[in-house]
Amino acid sequence: MNDAPLRRAFPHRHLLGIEGLSAADVTAVLDVADSYVEQNRRADKRSAHLRGRTIVNLFFEDSTRTRTSFELAGKRLGGDVINMSVATSSVKKGETLIDTAMTLNAMHPDVLIVRHQESGAAMLLSTKVDAAVINAGDGTHEHPTQALLDALTIRRRKGRLEGLTVAICGDILHSRVARSNILLLTTMGAKVRVVGPPTLVPSGIEKLGASVFHDMRSGLDGVDIVMMLRLQVERMSGRFVPSPREYFRFFGLTREALAMASPDALIMHPGPMNRGVEIDSEVADDVGRSMILDQVEMGVAVRMAVLDLLCPPITGGN
Amino acid sequence: MTLAFTNARILDPASNLDAVGTIVIHGETIVAFGPDARVPDGADIIDCNGACLAPGLVDLRVTIGEPGFEEKETIASASRAAAAGGVTAMAMLPNTDPVIDDVAGLEFVARRAREVKQVKMFAYGAATRDCAGNELADLGLLAEAGAVAFTDGSRCIADAQLMRRALAYARPFGRPIVQHPEEPRLAEGGQVNEGEIATRLGLAGIPACAESILLARDLRLVELTRGRYHAAHVSTAEGVALLRDAKRRGLDVTADTAPPYFLLTERDIGDWRTFAKLSPPLRSDEDRKAVAAGIADGTIDAIASDHQPQSQDWKRLPFAQAAPGAAGLDTLLPLSLALVHDKVLPLLEALRRLTQAPADILGLKELGRLAVGGPADLVLFDPDLRWTIDADSFHSKSKNSPFDGYAVRGRVLRTIVDGRTVFHAPT
Repeated sequence: MNDAPLRRAFPHRHLLGIEGLSAADVTAVLDVADSYVEQNRRADKRSAHLRGRTIVNLFFEDSTRTRTSFELAGKRLGGDVINMSVATSSVKKGETLIDTAMTLNAMHPDVLIVRHQESGAAMLLSTKVDAAVINAGDGTHEHPTQALLDALTIRRRKGRLEGLTVAICGDILHSRVARSNILLLTTMGAKVRVVGPPTLVPSGIEKLGASVFHDMRSGLDGVDIVMMLRLQVERMSGRFVPSPREYFRFFGLTREALAMASPDALIMHPGPMNRGVEIDSEVADDVGRSMILDQVEMGVAVRMAVLDLLCPPITGGN
Repeated sequence: MTLAFTNARILDPASNLDAVGTIVIHGETIVAFGPDARVPDGADIIDCNGACLAPGLVDLRVTIGEPGFEEKETIASASRAAAAGGVTAMAMLPNTDPVIDDVAGLEFVARRAREVKQVKMFAYGAATRDCAGNELADLGLLAEAGAVAFTDGSRCIADAQLMRRALAYARPFGRPIVQHPEEPRLAEGGQVNEGEIATRLGLAGIPACAESILLARDLRLVELTRGRYHAAHVSTAEGVALLRDAKRRGLDVTADTAPPYFLLTERDIGDWRTFAKLSPPLRSDEDRKAVAAGIADGTIDAIASDHQPQSQDWKRLPFAQAAPGAAGLDTLLPLSLALVHDKVLPLLEALRRLTQAPADILGLKELGRLAVGGPADLVLFDPDLRWTIDADSFHSKSKNSPFDGYAVRGRVLRTIVDGRTVFHAPT
């Protein structure tokens, strides 16, 4: 191959989570992704690594941005990408996840990208199909490509992951992004803090390697990265936190709260943002520090890298 | 016809008998047993070659799908599974469709059991109408029609006022209220034990205190009403401690647990293994050890299979969508014997938890023990034979066992109900 990036061995058939990946595995993905960032900035963004491959975007849960990101990633690598959304699938007719998987499997896809509302769904599917399975978010378990794109964003800006202190703030309890990020960042030698009200911090999270804080000031003190999480509106109506107003007062990212962080701290958010609830618009739009749009760009590159690494080159061709 | 089981290691917890000898049965009853029992002339002789011969097991917690969920289990298939597991009598929960909350429901079970004619079937009556937890069922009429106890089965009687009244009202009928001790709001949406593993798997947790809070409340109500109470499938260290204290204070309280709670932990869920999804959930290793210790010191009186059959369709799903429960009838004896091999308690005591104790809790004073003139309900087993559980070979219609592939010691050789052999191990 001509401009193929440095390719290290990636000893996994699927990408079901960050759990189980070594530091070398993560570095391999990020290194390949770096090269795709450059490709994506060229006028001709296409390559042919996945020519002839069929990639199915199987989304049981709506997510325009993740689905689009995977779709672009597949197309830029020359693969055939098919989007299957819940509304048009047989799921509504009572077909089970496994039935759907078996049906799709009979069509010989090379990669299945799965988003599902239940934890463990991607793993369950991977045991039933021949294709490589990429977990695009399963319940409140993991969202590995989000953690990888966050890592790429940080590494490109800070030059490293090791030794950084990262605060993940907000609804940790329901966040698959938080779990994947904690696992990835601790694997890479960063220090991770989680910051949120006790009702939104799951028990045992410190066993994953995170230290727990319940106020923004001490939680953000001296950190290099502030990662905000989305808080779903229905969780702010008194069952987990009393109100959006109170939440913003104690756990919103304001300029004042941000002042506790390191002076060159970066701000990240997986999107979509609730402006004025978890993040102040002034902070979100600070071009010098907000990485929110970089994250979107890195998302495509990281997903190209994952597709590339999970689809070894077709040998004996040409 | 007279049958003599000779050269058997006879184990009878009720009389603390553990001796090599003979059991002679005539027709449906035991006519002689013990080291000195003589073989009458003309009797057919079965040489037990030193294998253990004990009263048949009494399983006080079994879910059967008939009526209503026959694709999971019928009275016939559950009876075959029971026989294979050395169980000669079992009590089924009222969570059928329709719920067994009236005399007709009990009569249906009795009739089906007579037709199947395998192991002895008993039924619980619902504690509340439709097991909905709002109004008392006809407890007196149910007792009169043979209900062994009252329970809402897999549902917790959550309303404290109703629980108080159930305990008080049932007292004159001499039947316990059997509770699934789990605070429903604390358990709402929960899939597994709360803690690190739940957090790693991204599953909502059920804290151990969902059990202990409900138990503490109920035990206080038992104190108030002087009612009779039985806590089902105790799974936590806190729960065992509360029960131990209640017994010390002289409350009329009994408890059971099931093999998963003294052999497995939340770690056995692995990567979302739905066969290990139980209610209550598998707990921590400290809880597991405390449950075993509770069995050893008698805080937990009985071991039940907690048989809850689920067809594949209810298990081959993402974890949160899968139904809880494990099929347990086929494996009750060998799994319980693990306690003996692990030296948690002696063989005779383990058998007491499986025979005499559950029979006493259910008021079945003739069952679970050997007595001249009593029913010839027996289990012959090899306590040491090593084998590996294969769920596909279960007699139960459902194969949902978290113990598939699990190595055990001890195997049922023959099960006898009223003098009839209802199970004979293939040789």
